[in-house]
Amino acid sequence: MAEEFRTCPVTGFKVHLPAEKLIKVNGVTAVVAILIGGIMALLVAMTRWETIHLLSPLDYYKFLTLHGWNMLGYWIIFFEVAILYFTAAVMLNCRLASPKVGWLAYILMLSGALITNITVLMNPAKNAIMFTSYVPLKADPLYYLGVILFAVGALTAVLLFFATLHIARKEKTYKGSLPLVVFGALTAAILAFGTLFFGAVALVPTFTWSMDLTPTWDALVYRIIFWAFAHSSQQINVSAMIAVWYLLAFLTVGGTTINEKFSRLAFLLYILFINIASAHHILVDPGVTPAWKIWNTSYAMYAAVLASMMHAFAVPGAIEVALRKKGYTRGLFEWLWKAPWKNPAFSALILSIITFGFLGGITGVLAGTEQLNIRFHNTLAITGHFHGTVAAGTTLAFMGLTYYVLPLIFRREVVGQKYAVYQPWLFGIGVSLVAIGMMASGLYGVPRRHADLTGFGGAGFAFDYDPTAFLWLSIMGLGALLAAVGGALYVLIAVGTLLKGKKL
Amino acid sequence: MWFSIAIVWALVMFIMMPLWHVYGKQNPSTETYKVTPADFQKDVDAFIAKYKVGEEKGVPVVAPPPGSDIYLLAKQWSWSPVLKLKKGVTYRLHLSSIDVLHGFSLYPLSINFMVIPDYEYVLTITPTQAGEYYVVCNEYCGLGHQQMVGKIIVE
Repeated sequence: MAEEFRTCPVTGFKVHLPAEKLIKVNGVTAVVAILIGGIMALLVAMTRWETIHLLSPLDYYKFLTLHGWNMLGYWIIFFEVAILYFTAAVMLNCRLASPKVGWLAYILMLSGALITNITVLMNPAKNAIMFTSYVPLKADPLYYLGVILFAVGALTAVLLFFATLHIARKEKTYKGSLPLVVFGALTAAILAFGTLFFGAVALVPTFTWSMDLTPTWDALVYRIIFWAFAHSSQQINVSAMIAVWYLLAFLTVGGTTINEKFSRLAFLLYILFINIASAHHILVDPGVTPAWKIWNTSYAMYAAVLASMMHAFAVPGAIEVALRKKGYTRGLFEWLWKAPWKNPAFSALILSIITFGFLGGITGVLAGTEQLNIRFHNTLAITGHFHGTVAAGTTLAFMGLTYYVLPLIFRREVVGQKYAVYQPWLFGIGVSLVAIGMMASGLYGVPRRHADLTGFGGAGFAFDYDPTAFLWLSIMGLGALLAAVGGALYVLIAVGTLLKGKKL
Repeated sequence: MWFSIAIVWALVMFIMMPLWHVYGKQNPSTETYKVTPADFQKDVDAFIAKYKVGEEKGVPVVAPPPGSDIYLLAKQWSWSPVLKLKKGVTYRLHLSSIDVLHGFSLYPLSINFMVIPDYEYVLTITPTQAGEYYVVCNEYCGLGHQQMVGKIIVE
């Protein structure tokens, strides 16, 4: 067994080689997914930018469906699986419970992703039903099969994570309680377990219905169960992202949280409250009572938001304390000016915290208010909200981590470091403009998922939107171009390092 | 000091949530009935036959009496009928879909509600400003989604 491990010369971790291989393959797949999803993002954004209006409605709906799955599904979740294996095996100096099961999970996820992508590409007229896949809009059975396979694969990876934690505990490969970053990953994994369960409850009957084996089912009930899956799964991203924040604060400046219990309590609040808060998707639906809506979206959500605020205090706090210890103590802000801004992982971390909190978090709380939701629901403002959280926040954190994964796991020196310094800024500012443009135009009533705002496909009652809305859509388009440059740079650096980076 | 201000303010907000629901008069409607698509279609047809005053772009224009029950039917890919309402009068708007999910989005106010088949959503509305309003579908409902625009006229 001994030859299955290597000792990392930088961190001193005992790295389980089969686990390392799985981390690599999941990580590379994630980067391929962000490349595909990113190209789709550019096409879709250049269509919503009405001055350019690139795609026909059919192509727009096709690429929008694919953009959703490849970004929100495949990029994020493949990366998270890599994080789960990294935290469980590498950070705990433990062997992965079963590398074979890890490969099974990977093959299930990959085949699911390919099946869904191909069915949408081959027959968009029927299968471009968007990420939400609301019944009774019906796609081919293969579409749902792909989604289910992907989810089962992800669930398998989560179970493997739990099994590995169990082994680490039994074999005492770490001292004391679980390290905070692993604790955060565990939070993500627990949320993932519940979420994927609801995914199955929503999608398995939809799959059998699409084959005409079972009758159609209630569109409202589907929505409630679907969102127990789809918004809660965003909380997996939040937890994973925050685990990465703590990890990056440590890797970039050596920061550790000021109070372990405080940070752990905040993760616990996520587990308890964040899932039911996803009821805010149902705020302007018929059929559910106000008491249910208020409890779920107000009180439960605020308990979860409180957790985010606690992390948003603890992580920058950890950075400040670490930098002050290094002697940057003059004035209130010397630590901030002297921070390692040239390290792309550091700037990615800071931009991730800012965009997630100020763009994504605040708009999320606003849109989740019972009364304000009437103004926001299904407008482009909602799309703006989650581009602040996931596209800017989570993605930036994962990009930042990549700059450490490349030397530590792939053991290659990052190429193009001169450009890497600007990469998080290009991407972060770009996606922020996208999010702001979407939010502002959404407040003028611009709907999400709409292929033709100026002509309405020749509809009789076509009308003109307020020109200000189009100004904001142009800002979104410009932001998308900037983000595309930053995203392309990220993919180039990652792939370039794998191919040409100096071996360490 | 700051800590106590924060706690007090949090408690104020905490209490405001249910209070605003009761006194705020900005809540989404809670009146809902189960309805089959066929029954809803029948109600809408009867409503149109009774109060039709003309046609615009092939869609019937309906002028219901003040304070009555009014209907709006969503289907792939149109809203029917065109409603002609009076300013300052309260109506009960019945919304439903006879096929897939649709989204009711009133331009230029950006007032948005889900329209779900098998559920009849009743919104009590009082137009306060005269003018022409458009109803855009903002839930993806198939390839003709972008063509789905309806109209409400307030006089």
